[in-house]
Amino acid sequence: MNGSDVTISRVGKSFGSFAALDDVSLDIRKGEFFSLLGPSGCGKTTLLRILGGFEVPDEGTVAIDGVDVVGLSADKRRTNTVFQSYALFPHLSIFENVAFPLRLRKVPPKVLSSRVKDYLALVQLEAHADKMPAQLSGGQKQRVAIARALINEPSVLLLDEPLSALDAKLRQHMLVELDSIHDKVGITFIYVTHDQGEALSVSDRIAVMNQGKVLQVGPPHEIYEDPATDFVARFIGETNLFRGAVVRSEGLLATVAIPEVGEVLVTTDDPVPAGSSVSFAVRPEKIRIAAQKPAAARKDLNVVKGAVDEPIYSGFQTKFYVRTEKGVTFKVFKQHADYSDKGPEIKWRQEVFLSWSAEDGTLVEVARP
Amino acid sequence: MTARPTKGGALYALPNALWLTFFFLAPLLIIVAYSFMKKGLYGGVENEFSLRAYALLANAGIVKVAFRTLLVALAATALTILIALPVGYNMARSKNQTLKLFLVIVPFWTNFLIRIYAWIAILGNEGTINGFLRSVGLISDPIHLMYNQGAVILVLVYMYLPYAVLPLFSTMDKFDFILLDAARDLGAGKLESIVKVMLPNVRSGLVTAVLFTFIPIFGAYAVPLLVGGKDGYMLGNVIADQVMKVRDWPFASSISMVVTFVSTIGVLLFLARQKRPGVSKEQAAALAAEAAVAAGGGR
Ligand SMILES: Nc1ncnc2c1ncn2[C@@H]1O[C@H](COP(=O)(O)OP(=O)(O)O)[C@@H](O)[C@H]1O
Ligand SMILES: [Mg+2]
Repeated sequence: MNGSDVTISRVGKSFGSFAALDDVSLDIRKGEFFSLLGPSGCGKTTLLRILGGFEVPDEGTVAIDGVDVVGLSADKRRTNTVFQSYALFPHLSIFENVAFPLRLRKVPPKVLSSRVKDYLALVQLEAHADKMPAQLSGGQKQRVAIARALINEPSVLLLDEPLSALDAKLRQHMLVELDSIHDKVGITFIYVTHDQGEALSVSDRIAVMNQGKVLQVGPPHEIYEDPATDFVARFIGETNLFRGAVVRSEGLLATVAIPEVGEVLVTTDDPVPAGSSVSFAVRPEKIRIAAQKPAAARKDLNVVKGAVDEPIYSGFQTKFYVRTEKGVTFKVFKQHADYSDKGPEIKWRQEVFLSWSAEDGTLVEVARP
Repeated sequence: MTARPTKGGALYALPNALWLTFFFLAPLLIIVAYSFMKKGLYGGVENEFSLRAYALLANAGIVKVAFRTLLVALAATALTILIALPVGYNMARSKNQTLKLFLVIVPFWTNFLIRIYAWIAILGNEGTINGFLRSVGLISDPIHLMYNQGAVILVLVYMYLPYAVLPLFSTMDKFDFILLDAARDLGAGKLESIVKVMLPNVRSGLVTAVLFTFIPIFGAYAVPLLVGGKDGYMLGNVIADQVMKVRDWPFASSISMVVTFVSTIGVLLFLARQKRPGVSKEQAAALAAEAAVAAGGGR
């Protein structure tokens, strides 16, 4: 099988006066595992339905391998969809569900039977061929839906929150399985999810969406480490985010004045002039927490004093909510990495010092003067 | 559904049992009994066993009417279902379900006979259609739209359409329309997706719709009487004639038995073909009762 490029240009779609998609452009590459990530109602399904041929965009074009497909109905496209609710045909056995596309094309019985078996094997369901959909568990239904969507050898597979109905353990397992299926078949996967953890762990690239717009497109680490907007910074993982203004700038080192925190040093990718208004973000796992003030050996170290509001122990890590003297709360994650670590020795209400280096913070939404 | 045995069960079922006995079982038994008796001189029966009423069934005229009745009922049922399918589909996908449901039910507020007379007013020689065609100068002599089998089928379809639409709508309303998207996605055309995915999944509604139309149409009486003329005569009319004009009650009863048998056997054959649990037991029971009522009552 071969994947296809998918080019979405300036697509808009409204329902009544409500704009579900607003000027969406994306370049998805052959064979890529591409995720559309955003909160519920942001237009992910609408975009996927436009790609699948179930909705027609009001504006813009969709091209698969350079060919405009907007006028083609779903049955004429080389895309197949794994629906959120699986959409298995309840009146057909598992075998017949997977065979459905082949029967439509009048594939000879021998070929059909062996093809169906191959695809059931791909999703490890050979033993369940004769069951009815109602007899399967959620995870099994999910796999039937995947086999059925792949048997036509599409060049693009569209997956709409395929794991959302599964429990957490199974979700992890299916995610790994999806990834390995993607490696095996090698076609383009476009994967819709509202779960940032899922998107970060399997995607080659992610498009973060909100309110019908694409906010940022990039590989997972870029989305995580270098969010383009406040929304992205908050939506992906957890973060400490403050509005402030650059007061000094020396090359790639900026000093940001944040009313609730004080002055903070941060390195930037390109020079940010004094007077710029910015958001400053630092991830909770990048902050060190200690009972003693760190020795002031490094001048690029940011130090904030506070008191522990709430320590939350969860085995591999402890989450601290630390309230500063000026009354803002920082989230800090401390990993319990080795055996000698006896868990949190920092207690409730204890006075602590938070510190992070200038490289660990990042500036978001820079508005130059 | 499985009935859970409870102590008061039999007691709760009593009103239903009484109702069925008095209004359904008793009349049916009387008809069975009459069909095996001798004809009274001025109507009624004489208390004496006889197979005469069944021998009379072999009469060529009766056989002809029986076949015509079957053909008319099959044609009218087929047409009704063909119209009801898209109507039910449209209602199930509509945002104004309540309004559309209301529109389907509205005709029931007008008396059955009055609605037939309305059709006479439309189809008659001096009716709306002929009047219009004459006024625009297309015709000078009226076209005979009434008193033929076509008129009977037309009015029957009109009368029984809601009985087909309602069960179809109620099952289609529960149908997950994403399945149609899935079928299209996998390569099915529009019609193909409906035939291969939707119809099998709304089968129970389809079965109900077929039976709710076929059974009463097979026993139809008033429609063929008023718009059918001699060519439109159906078994229901022959029964009425035997009771009211010829006063041969046993013969009327034996014809009724034929109607009951065709309806009931039709139902059973139809249900037997439903291998999957498309029709529940309660539904089957309701339909069997309906069959017998239609055959006995006929309107
Ligand atoms: N057929 C429709 N009619 C009206 N509004 C719709 C329709 N489909 C989607 N919407 C609206 O468009 C928005 C985006 O929906 P959707 O694409 O399903 O979001 P997501 O999949 O990201 O949760 C939602 O606010 C939803 O209510
Ligand atoms: Mg969605």
